[in-house]
Amino acid sequence: METEGKNGKRPDVDIAALRQTASEGNAPRFWRSLDELADTPEFRVLAENEFPHGANDPGAAIDRRELLKVMAASAAFAGLTGCTKLPTQKIVPYVRQPEQIIPGKPLFYATAVTLGGVATGVLVESHMARPTKIEGNPDHPGSLGASDAFAQASVLGLYDPDRSQAEIHDGRIGSWTEFQTELSAALAEEKGASGAGVRLLTGTITSPSLAAQIRTFLKTFPSAKWYQYESVGRDNVREGARIAFGEYTNTVYRVERAEVILTLDSDFLTSGPGSIRYAREFARKRRVDDGEAKMNRLYAVEATPTNTGSMADHRLRLRASEIESFARALARQLGLSVAASPVGPSNVPAEWIPALARDLKQHAGTCLVVAGDQQPAIVHALVHAINQTLGNFDKTIYFTQPIEESPVNQWQFIGELAADIRAGKVRTLLIFGGNPAYDAPADLGLKELLPKVKFSVRLGLYEDETSALCHWHIPQAHSLESWGDARAYDGTVTVIQPLIAPLYVGKSEYEFLELLNGQTGKSPHDIVREFWQAQMTAITRFDEFWEKTLRDGVMAGTAFPPKQVSMKPGIGEQAPAAPPQGLEIIFRPDPTIWDGRFANNGWLQELPKPLTTLAWDSVAMLSPKTAQRLGLNSEDTIELKYLGRTILAPVWVMPGHADESVSVFLGYGRTRAGRVGTGVGFDAGWIRPYATPWIGAGLEIRKTGQKWSLAARQTHSTMEGRDLVRVATLEEYRKNPKFAQTDTEENPLSLYPPVKYEGYAWGMAVDLNACTGCGACVVACQAENNIAVVGKKQVKIGREMHWIRIDRYYHGDLDDPKTYHEPLLCMQCENAPCELVCPVAATVHSAEGLNEMVYNRCVGTRYCSNNCPYKVRRFNFFLFSDWETPSLFGLRNPNVSVRSRGVMEKCTYCVQRINAVKIKAEEEDRTVRDGEIITACQQSCPSEALLFGNINDPNSAVSKMKAKNLNYSLLEELNTRPRTTYQARLRNPNPEIEEAAAV
Amino acid sequence: MADSPADKLAKQNVSAPILGPGHDYASVTDKISSIVLTHRTPKWWMLGFAVSFALLMLLMFAVTYLFALGVGIWGIQIPVGWGFAIINFVWWIGIGHAGTLISAILLLLRQQWRTSINRFAEAMTLFAVACAGVFPLIHMGRPWLAYWMFPYPDTMKMWPQFRSPLAWDVFAVSTYATVSLLFWFVGLLPDLATFRDRAKNRATKIIYGVLAMGWRGSAIHWQRHEMASLLLAGLATPLVLSVHTVVSFDFSFGIVPGWHSTIFPPYFVAGAIYAGFAMVLTLAIPLRKLFGLEDFITMRHLNNMGKVMLAAGLIVGYGYVMEAFMGYYSGNQFERYMTLNRMFGPYGAIYWCLIVCNIITPQFLWFRKVRASVGSLFAIAMVVNVGMWLERFVIVVTSLHRDFLPSSWGMYYPTRWDWATYIGTIGLFLTLFFLFIRFLPLISIFEVRQLVAIEAEKKKAE
Repeated sequence: METEGKNGKRPDVDIAALRQTASEGNAPRFWRSLDELADTPEFRVLAENEFPHGANDPGAAIDRRELLKVMAASAAFAGLTGCTKLPTQKIVPYVRQPEQIIPGKPLFYATAVTLGGVATGVLVESHMARPTKIEGNPDHPGSLGASDAFAQASVLGLYDPDRSQAEIHDGRIGSWTEFQTELSAALAEEKGASGAGVRLLTGTITSPSLAAQIRTFLKTFPSAKWYQYESVGRDNVREGARIAFGEYTNTVYRVERAEVILTLDSDFLTSGPGSIRYAREFARKRRVDDGEAKMNRLYAVEATPTNTGSMADHRLRLRASEIESFARALARQLGLSVAASPVGPSNVPAEWIPALARDLKQHAGTCLVVAGDQQPAIVHALVHAINQTLGNFDKTIYFTQPIEESPVNQWQFIGELAADIRAGKVRTLLIFGGNPAYDAPADLGLKELLPKVKFSVRLGLYEDETSALCHWHIPQAHSLESWGDARAYDGTVTVIQPLIAPLYVGKSEYEFLELLNGQTGKSPHDIVREFWQAQMTAITRFDEFWEKTLRDGVMAGTAFPPKQVSMKPGIGEQAPAAPPQGLEIIFRPDPTIWDGRFANNGWLQELPKPLTTLAWDSVAMLSPKTAQRLGLNSEDTIELKYLGRTILAPVWVMPGHADESVSVFLGYGRTRAGRVGTGVGFDAGWIRPYATPWIGAGLEIRKTGQKWSLAARQTHSTMEGRDLVRVATLEEYRKNPKFAQTDTEENPLSLYPPVKYEGYAWGMAVDLNACTGCGACVVACQAENNIAVVGKKQVKIGREMHWIRIDRYYHGDLDDPKTYHEPLLCMQCENAPCELVCPVAATVHSAEGLNEMVYNRCVGTRYCSNNCPYKVRRFNFFLFSDWETPSLFGLRNPNVSVRSRGVMEKCTYCVQRINAVKIKAEEEDRTVRDGEIITACQQSCPSEALLFGNINDPNSAVSKMKAKNLNYSLLEELNTRPRTTYQARLRNPNPEIEEAAAV
Repeated sequence: MADSPADKLAKQNVSAPILGPGHDYASVTDKISSIVLTHRTPKWWMLGFAVSFALLMLLMFAVTYLFALGVGIWGIQIPVGWGFAIINFVWWIGIGHAGTLISAILLLLRQQWRTSINRFAEAMTLFAVACAGVFPLIHMGRPWLAYWMFPYPDTMKMWPQFRSPLAWDVFAVSTYATVSLLFWFVGLLPDLATFRDRAKNRATKIIYGVLAMGWRGSAIHWQRHEMASLLLAGLATPLVLSVHTVVSFDFSFGIVPGWHSTIFPPYFVAGAIYAGFAMVLTLAIPLRKLFGLEDFITMRHLNNMGKVMLAAGLIVGYGYVMEAFMGYYSGNQFERYMTLNRMFGPYGAIYWCLIVCNIITPQFLWFRKVRASVGSLFAIAMVVNVGMWLERFVIVVTSLHRDFLPSSWGMYYPTRWDWATYIGTIGLFLTLFFLFIRFLPLISIFEVRQLVAIEAEKKKAE
């Protein structure tokens, strides 16, 4: 069939069943293909539904915006063979071109991506109705224009060829109608018992309209139960609030007001709700202007090294199970009547806690203590008490009502679900999202229990581990394909808009619940809109309000107001039990693939983990000292034995890790993730017990003697005494503000006069004081520039293709080093060593100072890369770009060529963006305004560490940045005159601790 | 003529003659031409050719696979963008130099002893250049566009980028190949005519006849031949220096520590002569044995080549010492690190191997006894062959693998395809060489006949 994609994963048709259908009377008399005979959903889409869902529904009122979108989508589908099944017919070009849709000009739509239910507002770039790139939404409080790596990569998730594309019934292709029949039969049966046997299992839900639908369902089936479950959930945070205040609350930080911050095992700068905003506020408080040397101070106490810890002025490594005793000791120091732990925190320098307490007290009201999501509830409660004592409430921290629609102890509920199934109480199980068969604690036995349920349905993006155990699998619509809504970290609602009609036959949760509620015919758009229309009774002109909400990506006035909380007395007064002894194990979400949901996302798999720089694998991390004691080295395979379960894992010796403690990341070892994620890494979840899902003790390690090959992007972590990252303390900076600058001549002796750049001269400034090393820019660049994914083997031998990378250097003590991040992209040298040596002039200098790469001219001698002192050039050693998978064609940025084999490539400061803006400016007969061109990396950066602009304009932000004292060029002694310069990093240590440590 | 400085030099050094005793014009011609024309193909030739040809097929296979998949089948990566391909290129080009040196420079210097070895040394040059020429082509990411390296008028109005040493390489190597071929072929003409005249069957007569291009041996032919040879020798002489100088620019124009060095041109040229003489010895010693050519390639020849090798080896050794010294003396942290890393880094063993091969081992050549022993000369030559390959490995790989930013340091490990391509070009070389010794006069007949005359004159004078 012409419309069938070459590699499109097409479900098999069951020949035997077909033969029977054909011989029976109910077959169509003439069938065009086996698909028609089998009556597959694909075929029905092909035969009946040549327009995307909703467009051919004459009853639905279509507004202008939607009409445009549908028209654009239909037009784009003409070029999108393989993304969906298309009718074979001639395409007629526009007779009258729709407004706004101009080929070659992208449109941006505001929507949101969610993680753990929490929304981050984004703008999605759409080329001819193909979403190609996610950008942060500047109007959204949780984004402020930036985004994280997960959001950036979600567009690849949309086009993932491994997404499920058909309803599956007991391992065979089923159909939607068949499913509807079976579902209504099952529900009818339950009706009698008022739904006592019905269980709804969802992820964390912050969507008010979805929750309303669920409540409607629960009204019909009052005995049914709704469980929420996230494998990486925030139960401890919620329970901590309940201990402290007697109710669930949502905690919001105002990092921009905090002068002193203490984190207790928290990575609040790069993960968790609001982290993007917090990173920005944090970085702004660290930006030092000439003449004004003031910045905030961060103390981090943690076991597993995190990005937040790497930004700390003082980092104290402490076993995760001793954080509580640290919190207690600090609370006591601050004068709270809290019981001390029977065992004090070990290895804490004597001056640390008193000095810290003094510093916090001095900054009462302008300090902030943050506890990590994985810390037990009591630590959160203690931290609330500490923050209150320090007078931080309503200043650097405030509370609102929970953003979750139904805040519960999810962990308790998943246990209850397992118990219910075991007791035979569950007859109908409806699973929306999540992947409990993979990520629920293994000792709950859900894998064995799920098949026992009489009627189980799974709505999921992938036909994964859970789908395999359910009777029905229904393909889910991606969040870029469906309507919806969700709340941000502060409660702000964003309406999720579809950017494209479902590529496959996906259904959204809203549609699914509509079906459960026995209502059909309403589009998901109507469901969400009507819900809000009913809510917003105060608004008279709802159409306008709705339009504005969609356009802005933020629903005005939905952020929760601060709420008064009252601290319960006696928090922490009861002395805790001594923490269990023995080797500690810490479970954490993976920094790039989270709980495993992104396992099939090649961008996120290939994104090096921020601190280990490992890609495509998970490891058991332990400190150098512990590794030495156990006789282990990186890449050794060990057997982890915990509470009777064992698993094989590779060792990674991690400088800065707490001693006698092992960290493992969840999310790997998937068995049914797809072509990218299946079989990658080991499943730490297998040894994760229900009782202690985050921190436990008594881990046993056995060396197997085998090796486990790991792909680390960076194998050498010291700077070898080279001044690559220039660092000083704030004190040193005050004494010598120009410490970062060397007295190299401006233009050393040369035979040639310096080149004059008339007009624009593009340049970039990178603020090392702001970069947290989160990696969002790496994925953003990958999405913007069509950068290929190469796989573990190629990464291991140094052939990754990232145009921007984040170098991570350690400095000092092996056990407890200082960690520095340094983003490296093409420096666009004015005296570029690469240009000189290319024999075919494939890399040339532009009049604006860009070092340009002409892919079509490149013959691939690789001399340019050899001669690049920054090693930012990337070579296509094989045909790395996927030229085969049709579903990925839609993903590509049409303004950037997809490189072929044998060609060198590299960063060009997003030259396509520069030119787009320049063209626009020329049309309007003006010059490009400062800040008008934003490179992809800069756009995504939560902490504003990257700044791009015209350095010929002395008033541009980048010129001002470069004029600062902290500015320096990397390897300036080579006289390459890089256009990318760095702002040196500053530390703001507490003199009391620093001096004591020096003694 | 008898009192030319060169001859005087030769006289002082006559421990062995440059021609065996008792030869006249006829015996020389008989002996050399019989190898091709009358002897049956020896068994060892068949065996050697079979092995060489098998290796050539390995090259074909490796290159086919390479073209199908891309240079990713090799061990190269970022930061080590050049690996075996460039190492082998430099190695082969270097080997070629001895041939040109012997045929051109020694001709101009009237070194009589060169006559019996210059023919096969020149052939060696040609074949080595052929092997070398394979690599720049196949190491490209898109070899089908290799012609972009040449200046030709095209519709894109693009020329090569003339500032790049790689563009100079194209000219240097192609000029070198052309001049070497011409020189070799001009030298062959009288001998091809001899073969034509002596050939028994018609086909052979025709083939050699065509190749001899109508050579009749008239005085005017000889006079022009002499002139052409001298002119070509004059052309080839600067090439001996320029080709490897340009090749060294591939490195010294880069800013990579370990490459960016002004000593490279002379150091590379000396290295090339060193490697070339080692290869000539490697080929000459078995040849004289197998074909019974001890009268033509005498101990005098071997002795002289040993001395040249020793001299070139000392220059190369000086180069190493200066590199290490500059690493220290420059005060440049990158240079210093590079030097230490070469010696004690992950590839340190290779560096010390190279020192043993290229500096320590040739010191034995100071001893007359060693130079007089065919076996030890052969062994030393082989060691130097290996050593010079290691030298190129050290220059290419250890410089690149740890340059400026430690974050992008890496390791280079050759793959089986790297080895297959390398060994395959040895197959190409040997195949060509086996064909050469079977079908062409491997020693210049007419020049040895001149030697007979000179020897006779010498005797008369005594």
